[in-house]
Amino acid sequence: MSGTYLGMPAFPAAAASSTQDARLRANLRYATHTIRDKRAKAVAELDDWARLRAAGAAVKDRTLRHLDHYLEQLEESVAAAGGQVHWAADAAEANAIVARLVRETGEREVVKVKSMATQETGLNRALAEAGITAYETDLAELIVQLGDDLPSHILVPAIHRNRGEIRDIFRERMGRWGRPAPEGLSDAPGELAEAARLHLREKFLDAKVGISGANFMVAETGTLVVVESEGNGRMCLTLPETLISVVGIEKVVPTWQDLEIFLQLLPRSSTAERMNPYTSMWTGTTDGDGPRTFHLVLLDNGRTDTLADTVGRQALRCIRCSACLNVCPVYERAGGHAYGSAYPGPIGAILTPQLRGTASELDASLPYASSLCGACYEVCPVAIDIPEVLVHLRERVVQGGKVTRRGVKTVLKPAKGHAAERAAMRAAGFAFDHPGVLRAGQRLAGRTRRLHPRRLPGPGHAWSDTRDLPPVPAESFRDWWRRTRGEERGK
Amino acid sequence: MSSRDVVLARVRRALADVPRGEGPEDPPVPRDYLRAHGSRTDEERVALLAENLEEYRAVVHHCAEDDVHMLITRLVSGSQTVLVPPGLDPWWMAAADPTRIHDRAASTTRGLDAVGSVVTGCAVAIAETGTIVLDGSPDQGRRRISLIPDHHVCVVRVPDQVVDSVPQALERLDPTRPLTWISGPSATSDIELDRVEGVHGPRKLEVVLLSE
Repeated sequence: MSGTYLGMPAFPAAAASSTQDARLRANLRYATHTIRDKRAKAVAELDDWARLRAAGAAVKDRTLRHLDHYLEQLEESVAAAGGQVHWAADAAEANAIVARLVRETGEREVVKVKSMATQETGLNRALAEAGITAYETDLAELIVQLGDDLPSHILVPAIHRNRGEIRDIFRERMGRWGRPAPEGLSDAPGELAEAARLHLREKFLDAKVGISGANFMVAETGTLVVVESEGNGRMCLTLPETLISVVGIEKVVPTWQDLEIFLQLLPRSSTAERMNPYTSMWTGTTDGDGPRTFHLVLLDNGRTDTLADTVGRQALRCIRCSACLNVCPVYERAGGHAYGSAYPGPIGAILTPQLRGTASELDASLPYASSLCGACYEVCPVAIDIPEVLVHLRERVVQGGKVTRRGVKTVLKPAKGHAAERAAMRAAGFAFDHPGVLRAGQRLAGRTRRLHPRRLPGPGHAWSDTRDLPPVPAESFRDWWRRTRGEERGK
Repeated sequence: MSSRDVVLARVRRALADVPRGEGPEDPPVPRDYLRAHGSRTDEERVALLAENLEEYRAVVHHCAEDDVHMLITRLVSGSQTVLVPPGLDPWWMAAADPTRIHDRAASTTRGLDAVGSVVTGCAVAIAETGTIVLDGSPDQGRRRISLIPDHHVCVVRVPDQVVDSVPQALERLDPTRPLTWISGPSATSDIELDRVEGVHGPRKLEVVLLSE
């Protein structure tokens, strides 16, 4: 790993290597199974979970259907409370705005709260190019940053690392970024957390600029909400003089009251807690308390393109809880890096190809990174039908069709690598439309069954390398029915 | 065209399928979820708050008005310096050694880092989640004073300040104030998704449930 997702191989290739990594699989299996069981208990405590879930989905849908209205209302509320609002059409523009705002403070260092939006835009790299050092302060993000690694989970970016690996990274790397790890650091999680506390303390106390994302933005009040556990969020949101929050435009909710839904859904779904240790809410700036200057950067970067797809738009409901990752059999085995973006797992498989398009081989392969088992939909606190969107995106990759890219409607060509599958589907369609052809084919297959290879020849071999071909029965169902009318067993 | 106009125009084009007559309040949101999960007496509500606070490793004390100054003095006795917000009830600190108490508004972060304990009130507490909420009122002070010291003593007036649920808490809170929701001491699940208490926020949270 070298700190970038660019040029990563398509999902099947990346997953092929990660599934061979026994330690990674063990780390992931342990962590995801732990949280999965806890989450089920936390959710079961609320009798009205299904109703909260429906309400959460409805609020998000309503907001998305009138997103222009709520964004303008939000902008007005934030400005009225003393904040400054900036708009970024894409990642490069968001990064440039942040770099400019930091430079204007005269500072060269910033502290960061874990933020998916800035992972998505590659902000740290852009800031480094502008001569600004960004310190990640979330424990897992710190592990990733010190290890020159990439995040592999939405909630726990270093989930692929076990305690021994984390100790080694702290021992070897902490000194290069600031206060070194204490002598004789063990791999006890408590000691590791203490090492992070000491290492980051001086950064917090001296920080003049903080950078965050937000879990929610309330249009009617201009309030931003950050949900966290460690207190690094509180540090970054309250101690610096300048706060810059980079937030996706889909994070807006209409009313203060709407928070009552999401503050119940998110913690239980995410960390399996009744409530996460710390939630910070701020509305613009407050005299004598917290940052004197507050900037909000509203980020599009493919969100409006996603919004334009009436099936795919539901992906924008996502509140980044990561429950879908924790239950996904594909994620558990392939790991987060194989998804090649800041958003791994099932939600990443539908979000990334919509935010970035399916032009690259990696992005075109993501809708296939699923067995369509539906566990992700079951646990999603805002009821995103991930399998539905996956199938929709597969269809688009294979058949092409109308899409919106960077705000412009275009027609996508069918992906090249899928020509054989398309031909097979066309043939199947023909056979199903012509029962005589189907019947003849089935009989032929039945009579030649002893001659069938265990693996497909030609271009089909890749498919059958990892699958057992189903045995062909001696008699087709159609023929059996025709012969017996179902009476053989039905008597 | 500014980026603002670009993004808003993209949004409007993307929403071409939304009927023109549909207003921002549509479609309606079903709010048939519960306002509280169960009905409780005052005593039951306070007991649930205590139970949930303790489950997330906060230390809970029950106390009456007459004894609160003695209790708080005992709780902060291990600290060389104690910080109090300007509007804290003076009675609460009446038995503590006054030379150790500070309430300077302009404390630097380094100065706060040297403080042993902080004592605050709260705005509201939520029984179902074991949460206390601070809103920066004079008895709670600026956000930084309850963040940097390693030991936070928070006094909740029971039963008045205790609500059942998250929806009830939001009704009581003022969104224009800076709010901090606290559920147990600082924690992380970042190492193998196992919860460890004590990272950047106060590692020791003591909640005094003060009966009126």
